[in-house]
Amino acid sequence: MTTAVFWVLAPLAAASGFMVFRFGSMARATIALLVSFLASGGLLIVLGLAYLGTVVILMMVMEMVIMAVFMIAYMMNPAGLMPMAMFHNKRASLAISLTVFALLAAGIFVTRWPRRAGTAPRDPTFRLGEALMGPQMLTMVTLGVTLLATMVGAVVLATHRGRYDRFGDDLKRRPPTDPARGGVGR
Amino acid sequence: MVTSAPLWSVLVVPALLAGFATVAVAADGLLAARAAHRRVSPAVLAAPLAEVPRLLAAQRRVTPAADTLLWRLGLAAVPVAGVLAAVVIPFGQLTASRMSVGVVWFNAMEVLTWAGLWMAGWGPNAVLPLIGGYRFVAQGLAYELPLMFALISAAAGAQSLDVADIAGAQGHLWFAVWMPAAFAVYLAGVHAFSFLGPFGYPAGRDLAGGVAAEVSGPDRLMLEAGRWLLLTAGAGMAVPLFLGGGAGPLMPAWAWSAVKTLAVVLALVWGRRRLPVIRADRYAELAWVVLIPVAIAQALAVALVVLTTGGTP
Amino acid sequence: MLQLFLLLAAGLFSIGLYGALSQQSIVMIMMGLELMLNGVIVAAGAFWHYLAPASSAGQVIVVAVVVAMAVEMAMGFAVVTAIFRARDVDMADMASDLKR
Repeated sequence: MTTAVFWVLAPLAAASGFMVFRFGSMARATIALLVSFLASGGLLIVLGLAYLGTVVILMMVMEMVIMAVFMIAYMMNPAGLMPMAMFHNKRASLAISLTVFALLAAGIFVTRWPRRAGTAPRDPTFRLGEALMGPQMLTMVTLGVTLLATMVGAVVLATHRGRYDRFGDDLKRRPPTDPARGGVGR
Repeated sequence: MVTSAPLWSVLVVPALLAGFATVAVAADGLLAARAAHRRVSPAVLAAPLAEVPRLLAAQRRVTPAADTLLWRLGLAAVPVAGVLAAVVIPFGQLTASRMSVGVVWFNAMEVLTWAGLWMAGWGPNAVLPLIGGYRFVAQGLAYELPLMFALISAAAGAQSLDVADIAGAQGHLWFAVWMPAAFAVYLAGVHAFSFLGPFGYPAGRDLAGGVAAEVSGPDRLMLEAGRWLLLTAGAGMAVPLFLGGGAGPLMPAWAWSAVKTLAVVLALVWGRRRLPVIRADRYAELAWVVLIPVAIAQALAVALVVLTTGGTP
Repeated sequence: MLQLFLLLAAGLFSIGLYGALSQQSIVMIMMGLELMLNGVIVAAGAFWHYLAPASSAGQVIVVAVVVAMAVEMAMGFAVVTAIFRARDVDMADMASDLKR
């Protein structure tokens, strides 16, 4: 069962990953990347990581849609209606990536993998939660603080209006001047 | 004790979902006729259903330089998302697929509408559907996080991500009673991911139908049917999550599931007709500044209750 | 079987590397990075299942990589927005201000 699903999803993941860089239309490239991620999520589910596979599917659909919005906004030829080649160093990067793949594949087949240690728990999701809240609490805290820093940093980088644009020079203007008023009236 | 039904039951799920969706559509037609002061007759109830053969026979509209693959894929994703989201819903004592992470699966399947509607807006290469698709993405960013926290509250209340466990943990008190904020946010989320009612902004009348503007024929049937299937799947999920599943005196479990699902569906259809459409940019601030803290506080309250009482109150 | 999964992971990583190195647009470079992290996720899942299912380390790695993807996307798009506002294009070649 695992083998059958693997031989369906793995070529799909690899092929759609490759098509990301072949499509001229940016929308199609993003959807190809989404298909690749859906296949990876499916593979994780088949490997027994039901929660992580479903979370990968959930997050990647949302991330790819947001990525599609940004791609269409910023790229010069979003629908691929005009032929345009957006590459540099094509041959060198192909050589590098093929070399890396050859090295990794050689390592995969040459290494003597250890034997399986233990069996899968009945509820891997619960074990993950237990680990993150217990022995791996440091990981959890680091991830949390990193996400917070990312949110703050992304907003700071992306916004071009600050407090003084919104509230005036003395920070006393209420309601703030915004191009689109929000629903709460802040 | 909910058990997983045999594999062929996966075919029963779309049929059952379509049955409830038909009731929803008929109720919507009834309310529309009442609002227009037309006389109510059985023909009024059947009028929206007469659209089905008409749309199947109608001609598909073709726009120049359309991305047909993405367009059809996006339109097909809407009903597929509804049906896939419904496979984890326990109906009485049976569920098509008893996943240990049913709540997360439901969330993942309804998020497929994000991709579907964005593609349906991008595909036809026309202005109004594009605006409709982007409106849905803007609205999506707003409704998704409160909805996720509402689902987390229900799962935390039952200490399990399995929908059948959540339905079974409401023996003493329905979750809708002691998690009212989560229930309200969830119902709003159902309207939002089926873009009906107050969240009909992507398909609004100010856009001549928005995402549905350039769609006709069988594609339009897929989109419209998809919306109602999503609404029905969301209503069906509300029953085990917040309303106790199939539990109830006298009647068998499947009858209680059906009655509760019908009640939620009719409440959502009534809400669709009564509530005005909210603009996505105004809703975004409300969702992020008010609803997310409320939903997090609700989840915290649920967690504290579970920790102190060792279960439900 | 483990080797097949790892081969897929290596393949995704290499395809992502090719994209990250050869694309001019910053958003496309980010898609290459996403593919590389996709490969890492598949590899981590395969290691968990085939080598150490009793420990939770494999799952924590997957969680960490998924968070890394989210962080990379958020910061990447913030940077692209800032560059786009400054220069009206998102080409990586024109963003080499700090080089000299």
